[in-house]
Amino acid sequence: MSTEARKPPAQSALKIRRILGGKAGWNGVAVQFAFAAILGWIGYEIVSNARANLENQHIAAGFGFLRNNAGFDVNQTLIPYTGSDTFLRVFVVGLLNTLVVSVVGIVFATVIGFIVALCRLSPNWLLSRVGEIYVEVIRNLPVLFQILFWYLAVLAALPNPRQSISLFGIAFISNRGLVVPSPIGQSGLVPFLAMLVFGIVASLALRFHARRALFQEGRMIRIWPYVLGLLFGLPVATMLVFGLPFTFELPQLKGFNFAGGSRIIPEFVALTVALSSYTAAFIAEIVRAGILSVHKGQMEAGASLGLSRGATLRLIVVPQAMRVIVPPLTNQYLNLTKNSSLAVAIGYPDLVSVFAGTSLSQTGQAIEIIAMTMGIYLLISLLTSAVMSVYGWRVSRSLGA
Amino acid sequence: MTDISSSSFVRQDLLAERPAPIKTTGFIGLVRTRLFNSPTNILLTIVGALLLWFTVIPSVRFLIVDAVWSGQDRTACLAENAGFAVGACWPYIQAKLPQLIYGFYPEAERWRVDLTMLLAVVLLLPLLVPRLPAKGLNAGLFFVAFPVVAFFLLHGGGIKGFGLSWTAGLLQLFDESIIGAGQALLSLSKTSAIAPLLWVVGSLIVLVGTAISWLIFPLTWLRDYVQVMGQPVWADFGITAAIVSLIAFFLAGGIRTGGRALASSIAIFIAIAIVIKLMGLDRGGLPIVTTNLWGGLLVTLVVSVTGIVTSLPIGIALALGRRSTIPLIRIFSIAFIEFWRGVPLITVLFFATYMLPLFLPGNFTVDGLVRALIGIALFTGAYQAENVRGGLAAIPRGQGEAAAALGLSWWKTTSLIVLPQALRHVIPNLVNSFISLFKDTSLVSIVALFDLLGSLRASFSDPKWSTPSTAFTGFAFAGIIYFIFCFGMSRYSLFVERRLNAHRRS
Repeated sequence: MSTEARKPPAQSALKIRRILGGKAGWNGVAVQFAFAAILGWIGYEIVSNARANLENQHIAAGFGFLRNNAGFDVNQTLIPYTGSDTFLRVFVVGLLNTLVVSVVGIVFATVIGFIVALCRLSPNWLLSRVGEIYVEVIRNLPVLFQILFWYLAVLAALPNPRQSISLFGIAFISNRGLVVPSPIGQSGLVPFLAMLVFGIVASLALRFHARRALFQEGRMIRIWPYVLGLLFGLPVATMLVFGLPFTFELPQLKGFNFAGGSRIIPEFVALTVALSSYTAAFIAEIVRAGILSVHKGQMEAGASLGLSRGATLRLIVVPQAMRVIVPPLTNQYLNLTKNSSLAVAIGYPDLVSVFAGTSLSQTGQAIEIIAMTMGIYLLISLLTSAVMSVYGWRVSRSLGA
Repeated sequence: MTDISSSSFVRQDLLAERPAPIKTTGFIGLVRTRLFNSPTNILLTIVGALLLWFTVIPSVRFLIVDAVWSGQDRTACLAENAGFAVGACWPYIQAKLPQLIYGFYPEAERWRVDLTMLLAVVLLLPLLVPRLPAKGLNAGLFFVAFPVVAFFLLHGGGIKGFGLSWTAGLLQLFDESIIGAGQALLSLSKTSAIAPLLWVVGSLIVLVGTAISWLIFPLTWLRDYVQVMGQPVWADFGITAAIVSLIAFFLAGGIRTGGRALASSIAIFIAIAIVIKLMGLDRGGLPIVTTNLWGGLLVTLVVSVTGIVTSLPIGIALALGRRSTIPLIRIFSIAFIEFWRGVPLITVLFFATYMLPLFLPGNFTVDGLVRALIGIALFTGAYQAENVRGGLAAIPRGQGEAAAALGLSWWKTTSLIVLPQALRHVIPNLVNSFISLFKDTSLVSIVALFDLLGSLRASFSDPKWSTPSTAFTGFAFAGIIYFIFCFGMSRYSLFVERRLNAHRRS
């Protein structure tokens, strides 16, 4: 007579408990219900109060106002915009202005930040002290203070357009902003751009092929002369055949202001300078910490393998440092984007300034406008953190392999 | 014994002295090894020296050498009157100093601001020096007692009741809201498709509300009885003290072990009584100064200290919530933290200024400063939550398991074992958050509050002092103040970090 193993008892109660209360069991269920009740009560209070308040102020809730005419002008627009366009268009204009100042700021901040980090890491004592002073001074002053300093003190102290400071006769700085030559497309533009794109694609393909050959068959292929030819020789040859791709229209002083060229408004200049120098101080610290985090044995091991100093840095140190640098670096990029909302203090027409500022005071639709503004920033930061977690997953996978 | 000269080789004469090794220490050594040891380095040194030359020298000239030190109005700071290219215009700062520090706070009442700042310094300094004892008492005084005292000192006004009235009032408000919600559901049930369900839920909620109103009836009755007496504040105070002391006594173990709790509770209440008596809170207190008169450094410090004091509990609660095993609480905490961390502070301030009043009952107005404070507390709380979470993650599992083996409850494990260690780990991070909070307080100037930066900006528009160097002087002054505070905090955080990592240093 064989005894069969008894079936385990049905654990339906346990399963229900697990679903409802998580690991905390029946206590968890009770706490969850109490918490949900409190949240529901707060939500009810908010909705009922908001409804009553809006009724008192005679404001119609909803997003219908987005189709109304805005009726105010914006002094920097990337897409065509007039005062008779809708609030939705204002939203897009503001968002594009935010993005443009963020991207320009990020580029400058990265460049300055890497330079300052190299200064701080330099064996030269004086230069590393200069880098340290820069970082300490900039980091310990509020970013709004710096924006206002550049806008109200430095740019306001510049001369008027008639006595503007000339940079090699091409660009002019005055208290009305920065005037630079504007490019005008010519007949050779299309073939030039086509060749440029072709050159970039072909160089990338060449590099891909060379790396494959190196990793799979151990063959070294020297590609840099071809890349040089594709990236520079080809466009120059096209230029010789089809003529210049574009010419520059130089700004000229006429009367009290400049004619021709394109003007960059002073608010943009102040915001970009302040944001990029501020963020650069943080980026410098991140880069420095990243490079210091690579053990110096790595450098010595590279040297003992007979690699040159440059090759050791490029192939061994920098890839390991990047793993430490990239996550906080993206964080700083995000911070810069969020800090660009301080444009409202100096009147640069970014999203917060034109939408949550001017549009809000014109329509009074506080809930919708602020929710949209917060939502778009939230979207940007969530997207960035999603990309970052994919990056982190890839890095950890490549480490595990 | 062989003669010494018979061995194969013995040096007969002394060796000549070798030259001393190149000095690598001290200033000369520094110059040799770190500044001028190679052509590239010489070039870099020259670049660095030029950078310093073109930044430090003009700054010093502007701040000290070319500065104007005395004068009555703008004429003193004009180049044609001074006879040289004028740098900083310090008389302008002297004239605007009261505005930059106190805003429009009435001149006769400014001693209150000074006294508050003095109190803050006296309480804060011993808290920062690790060697001094009684950290618990000190922290309690600074984080709990000081904000209350500071409120009555800065804002003024008195109290009409004490713990009993407040508890009764709060419970009554809560109860009314519950009954209101139930009645709204009941009225909705007349028109809705799911009428019976709504009716059941609505009457259930009304029933609960009525039950609560019966439960709190003794409290409200006692409050009304006390309010008509001759000394309502003191009567209320006495009753509250008695009730709280008794509860503390019994919770701590009754006659056997409750003596200590009773004594400390009575001591606390005596201290509160002394404060009430000293400030005359029962008789109306100090004259009220509304917050729209506050300004300058006062607002900056009030906003940052309130942010620091309120954001830490919010952060701890959110961090514990994020690590909770209860799904709803965890999800809520994650969503809350990620939301506030994902948006810029300025939109949070816009939210607090324009949206928050819409969410509150119509008869309930919130002061502009308080609105900004709420926004800043929520925003900073989310950042502190991530800091605290880092500390919690650093505590080994064994600590919690050991506490569980000793039979401690979750609350005791958390508050006695895990949190103290976790918070100690993250003090540097917390201080760094405080630095960014201090810098971010400048943003309140955008929502029409006059903090240091806002007052500075307002003072630029005074025609009495408009000179070419006014803006630079003002920014130099405010910059020095901001720098001193932030730099001090960052040095302190480095000091604590070194102290915490003392065992890791080689």
